[in-house]
Amino acid sequence: MRQFPGRGLRGAGPVLSAVPAERARGRRAALSFATIAVVLGLPLWWKTTETYRAALPYADIDGLGQQPVRLVVPMAVVFSPGSVPGDLPRPLPFRDVQEMEISVNLRTSVTSRYEMRYRSTTGQEEAALAAATAREADAALHPLQDTTMGSLTMYVVPETSSLLPQGISVYVGKHRSALVRAGGSLAALQARLREVTQVMSFTASSIAAALSDRVPNGQLSPDARRNLKSSLGYEITFSLLNPDPKSHTVDWDIEGAVNCYVKPVLDKLSLVANFSVDSQILYYAVLGVTPRYDKESSSFLLSAHSLPHVINPVEARLGSSAASLYPVLNFLLYVPERSHSPLYIQDKDGATVSTNAFHSPRWGGIMVYNVEAPASPQASLPLHVDVDMARVMEVFLAQLRLLFGLSREEVPPEFLLESPGNEGLADWELDHLLWAHTVENIATVSTTLTSLAQLLDKIGNIVIKDDVASEVYRAVASVQSAVTKLSLGHLHAAFQASKEAVTSSERAFFDPSLLHLLYFPDDQKFAIYIPLFLPMAVPILLSLAKIVRETRLRKKEPTKMD
Amino acid sequence: MAAALLPLLLLLATGPGSGRADAGQERRDALREELLLTPLPTGDVAATFQFRTRWDADLQRGAVSHYRLFPKALGRLVAALGVRELHLALTQGFWRTRYWGQPPLQAPAGAELWVWFQPTVTDVDKAWKELSNILSGIFCASLNFIDSTNTVIPTASFKPLGLANGTDHHLLRYAVLPREVVCTENLTPWKKLLPCGSKAGLAVLLKAERLFHSSYHSQAVHIRPICRDASCLAMSWELRQTLTVVFDFFSSGQGKKDWSLFKMFSRTLTDTCPLASQSKVYVDISPKNKEKELLEVSPPPTSVHEAIVQGDKKTYAVYDLLSPSLFNTSRSLNVQLKWKRPQDSSEMPIPTLHAQRYVGGYGLQTGEICTLIYNTHPYRAFPVILLETVPWYLRLYVHTLTIITKGKENKPSYIHYQPAQDRRRPHLLEMLIQLPANSVTKITIQFERALLKWTEYPPDPNHGFYVGSSVLSALVPSVTAMKDMDVEQSPLFTSLFPSSDGSSYFVRLYTEPLLVNLPTPDFSMPYNVICLTCTVVAVCYGSFYNLLTRTFHVEEPSRGGLAKRLANVIRKFRGVPPL
Repeated sequence: MRQFPGRGLRGAGPVLSAVPAERARGRRAALSFATIAVVLGLPLWWKTTETYRAALPYADIDGLGQQPVRLVVPMAVVFSPGSVPGDLPRPLPFRDVQEMEISVNLRTSVTSRYEMRYRSTTGQEEAALAAATAREADAALHPLQDTTMGSLTMYVVPETSSLLPQGISVYVGKHRSALVRAGGSLAALQARLREVTQVMSFTASSIAAALSDRVPNGQLSPDARRNLKSSLGYEITFSLLNPDPKSHTVDWDIEGAVNCYVKPVLDKLSLVANFSVDSQILYYAVLGVTPRYDKESSSFLLSAHSLPHVINPVEARLGSSAASLYPVLNFLLYVPERSHSPLYIQDKDGATVSTNAFHSPRWGGIMVYNVEAPASPQASLPLHVDVDMARVMEVFLAQLRLLFGLSREEVPPEFLLESPGNEGLADWELDHLLWAHTVENIATVSTTLTSLAQLLDKIGNIVIKDDVASEVYRAVASVQSAVTKLSLGHLHAAFQASKEAVTSSERAFFDPSLLHLLYFPDDQKFAIYIPLFLPMAVPILLSLAKIVRETRLRKKEPTKMD
Repeated sequence: MAAALLPLLLLLATGPGSGRADAGQERRDALREELLLTPLPTGDVAATFQFRTRWDADLQRGAVSHYRLFPKALGRLVAALGVRELHLALTQGFWRTRYWGQPPLQAPAGAELWVWFQPTVTDVDKAWKELSNILSGIFCASLNFIDSTNTVIPTASFKPLGLANGTDHHLLRYAVLPREVVCTENLTPWKKLLPCGSKAGLAVLLKAERLFHSSYHSQAVHIRPICRDASCLAMSWELRQTLTVVFDFFSSGQGKKDWSLFKMFSRTLTDTCPLASQSKVYVDISPKNKEKELLEVSPPPTSVHEAIVQGDKKTYAVYDLLSPSLFNTSRSLNVQLKWKRPQDSSEMPIPTLHAQRYVGGYGLQTGEICTLIYNTHPYRAFPVILLETVPWYLRLYVHTLTIITKGKENKPSYIHYQPAQDRRRPHLLEMLIQLPANSVTKITIQFERALLKWTEYPPDPNHGFYVGSSVLSALVPSVTAMKDMDVEQSPLFTSLFPSSDGSSYFVRLYTEPLLVNLPTPDFSMPYNVICLTCTVVAVCYGSFYNLLTRTFHVEEPSRGGLAKRLANVIRKFRGVPPL
């Protein structure tokens, strides 16, 4: 063809010359077909078959992960007369800022910032500090303090003050204040103050524990995984397990014990989450492990390594809380069968545990309550047992504190912590919990939103309704406001915002409308469209190809003529 | 689950003194359990278990959340959702009233749930939805399929069985899932609600492999508020768990009418549940036809109880498991029933009220639901309330409703009809019909089968679509006068339905569920339609396209076809000039 271009043209010559207009019309028709198909058909098809996807703030969600979180603790350091260190840089009052970086991992950075206000005592405070004991001073000072959540007040008392007992340099009160013995130089005092503030607000490890899901495995101690995840509510269930109702009739005054011991703590904690408490008695509920008989002490022993197997068979009987979605905290009191008592728990070293109890991280605790054998073997069965609730609740409350990360163990020896008394929980302990939960909530929301965004990005079939989108917007706005409020030192407002963010993000993530069109695979779509699209597209494409070929040929023709 | 052992720190102080310990206090909850064995006229045997937990507490107040015998899961549910009364029954098989007589408690095949809510519940539909979802989780049943298309609000048939201030029927919801299959996974959670589980007491007999090898199995949960005492000043909550099972005379009894606990359950009773305040086995040994008793039970019963149950004078042999003498002689109790002489099956007593229902008509467009209600009472007429729930895809024609008794039209004195709305709610038809003495009443109503959308068909649509049982509630006049009994003392199986006076007793019957075939499409049809339409469109489009874009011109005469050339070759051979 290429060798004889002229001949082809000449051969077709008469035809071409005969119907040039006809050929041009055909070409125009083919072109208009193609145009209509592209301009009208394709958009129409696209519009009628697309899934509705509301716009989401992808950029903001991406930014959440990198957003630096700054925890600001407003703090007042009050010097009583005679305790002012000699090397103060400026005369009182003055302000100072201390920053500390808490590195969790590469992406998340948490900065803690203590905004300290140094001043000397007012007359009222001086009068209050003149009290005989630290406890009285603490009570007298309470009405004079800044009581916003998260703020701290440190009263520096002279080195020789008799307020603090011998050997104690820090007294942490019931509220948000502490008495600190002056330590000579300012640097020594500041070191001591840093320790106190960490006890009373947060430590690097408590923040890391709150962010434990984002920390690579292995970096954390097992203790960090013990704390309960932050949630909007918790259900606390006390269960009395009586595997042998034939021999023991066990009674417990759980109602009185809950009102007396648990309720004060929960009233205080109600700021953090909703709590509901209930109790049940389960009969014929046995542990999954047969205890070993120890001849020396003529008792039965549960060794530490068998404890993980104890819970599972019991848990089947506990009954989940069908009526709510909050995590359940289980506290079990196990009265061993007559043939297996007394029963003791052995720790890893083989010594029996004094409380006869153990706890399971993020789940709850179990306590074994042994029934004293009757004096005479002929005593009639069943044996009536009244549970000593004070003993039991002491253990359960300690476990409850432990599960919330409020253990009072890791405190330096020269610290004296005031007992919270009837309230069950000191104000600063509540703050401690709020700091950790706020940080955890922010992290949870950013993880939830990021994975939601990734999921929606990856699967194009998911419908995003307007209400889902608005929940996402609300979550982003709330989490941003939580971060801002943290950096302003408004702990309570930040916590409330982070709670709202969690609610909104969970609602968006678990919205059932996301799943409606999830299963609509591409091969089915093609199977439906091909019978229509293929026969329509092939003639259009072929005639377009022909037109292109002819145009190219005609362009070449003039050069041949030359 | 990793459990870490940890020495626990003593708290510095834990508030004031230890809690009160009321050792001698009166138990506020009690468990009664009983088993009723009824030999049926056909030679089968029915075993009815009833476990009653009674709790003298007000569940509705949020403060009460300490459970002992009452299961926590149900208690929380009642408290959280404002439930006044809850009745759930899961049934496999059909109770043949005509042959087996009146059951103590009948339930329709599949799952049945009816609930009265507290007047304080504002959004009843939401609470109902939530409740069915939670119950579905507790009992591993498909109750989550209860939605507005199978829920009705009966106006007359279901009255509260317990204490009730008002009976505003807007607080009632009723739903039946006839397709539900009941099996072991439903029995296990049901057994878990019992305080003794299946470890002791009568529940030891509940062995799943025997219970489901039977012709009828029905398990139910009834929660209702009751009077605490005769003066009825305070309220108690009652949880009744019942389980009825009918063992088949041929498959379980090997063709012999002699039964024993071991033959039925492959277990015997060895001990009692220590938590039960009453634990009894009743055996129905009522003499038929006023003759001497035919049935012999061994070991000898601890006592004999006579009662009038559902209009009949009945005699029961009672084994009290709590009486110390019972387990003294032998370690286990295996109740045996022996017939003294072969029973004459032709003398089967026919129950006063029974019914049957079937689908009539032919073809796949229209049909007819026929219900036959029998009143065999020799001289007394009585009214019956009939409740029909028909799914929306059967379109009822109410003008075709005919009720014929003894060849004459019987006009119902009360009709409540709520028409269906497509995909929203079912038909509800409630009628109060007077049944003359010794009569058969035939109720027919015609329907048209609707076409469903192709995604609305269930798996295996050719199996057919179920229509739930219709419910008959009636006060049946009793032949023998009944005494007013103390509810707390009488056996449990007599005390769920209140009897209004001595002359009649309440009966609730369920008819057979129906299986209706709907026109089913070929399910590859949508794709075939797509392909066919596309082909037609493509053919039209193709010719149209060709017509518009091709250029047509007259073809020059060519050198000729194959035939011509062949002819020329032959001509050449022949020496003739070519064409």
